[in-house]
Amino acid sequence: MCTVCGCGENETHEHTHDHGHHHHDHHEHSHSHSHDYSKGEAGVHVAGLSQARLVSIEQDILAKNNGYAAANRRYFSEHAILTLNLVSSPGAGKTTLLTKTIEALNGAFPISVIEGDQQTANDAERIRATGVKAVQINTGKGCHLVGHMVGHAIGDLTPQDKSLLFIENVGNLVCPAAFDLGEAHKVVILSVTEGEDKPLKYPDMFHAADLMILNKTDLLPYLDFDVKACIDNARRVNPGIKILQLSATSAEGMESWLGWIRAARDLSLIGTD
Amino acid sequence: MHEMSLCEGIIEIAEEQASIQNYSSVKSIRLEIGGLSCAEPEAMRFAFDAVAKGTIADGARLDIDQIPGQGWCTACENEVEIGQRYDACPLCEHYPLEIRAGDAMRIKDMEVE
Repeated sequence: MCTVCGCGENETHEHTHDHGHHHHDHHEHSHSHSHDYSKGEAGVHVAGLSQARLVSIEQDILAKNNGYAAANRRYFSEHAILTLNLVSSPGAGKTTLLTKTIEALNGAFPISVIEGDQQTANDAERIRATGVKAVQINTGKGCHLVGHMVGHAIGDLTPQDKSLLFIENVGNLVCPAAFDLGEAHKVVILSVTEGEDKPLKYPDMFHAADLMILNKTDLLPYLDFDVKACIDNARRVNPGIKILQLSATSAEGMESWLGWIRAARDLSLIGTD
Repeated sequence: MHEMSLCEGIIEIAEEQASIQNYSSVKSIRLEIGGLSCAEPEAMRFAFDAVAKGTIADGARLDIDQIPGQGWCTACENEVEIGQRYDACPLCEHYPLEIRAGDAMRIKDMEVE
């Protein structure tokens, strides 16, 4: 499915170069299976001709990932699929928010989910229990999803045209910030049981997000959490960020989030039949 | 440790360029890492050696030019050096500043043969 690499396999994890712990098949190829360009034409060594020279590259280090992300984005655009990349630290409530959101939307439009975790398929199972399609990506030791993995997951999932696709990234406020997956928006979820200075501690993530959800607000009466300071911190890092406060558990504030999703989806449908 | 992924990206570009620019091994790679980017130079060096093993860049030296963060203050109209994206202007305390430099991560050139 991934149109960029043409490898057509589902082994999304092979590209993480995470050798040594996912050899569930019996053959024992050592490493970097597909990366044998070093044996290509340049591998023909001519004695006496080796001479170091400087070649100009001038490319963004993220150029490869950005290429995969651009292909995903094009696919989403052609199929009018609204894709949201949910990011947070572990335990901020992404999966609960996701299951409650799916239930609240109640089949208004088709939804599918890509779940990213280092290990286990627990989250994908929680999502499937709501009746929507979900694919689990285990990144192994990888601390974030990359565009290439998502390209393959789209192939497995085949999300419907005009649908909503959630990508639940690996719980981590650092690494997923730099890796574009082709999503329309990054949505960062921060729970009130974390510190109000999180936006300043992890500025890259809050800078990359279009929407911040302050979750677990039902716990505010029991905590010493300064909501205003938290919002000020987020706006300091990203003046244009939209901020919603809600509790996925008590459902308070959920309607604003559902409204934001509906508005974003309406935008993604513009220009379609 | 996203520096691991970043280094994999560097190796992929080095391998892709090998057939275009006709070389068989990479001796050194020069990067520009901005102070406001998400890459930590020390972590890059650590990750690079591990990721480069067995590739076209096995044993290559990584040279990192660190580019300081530069912001433009719209209030006092000065270009100022900043350490964080959200820093206020050191001259007049205004923020946010417009980021002018130091938020990129680039491969500049490579020594190859």
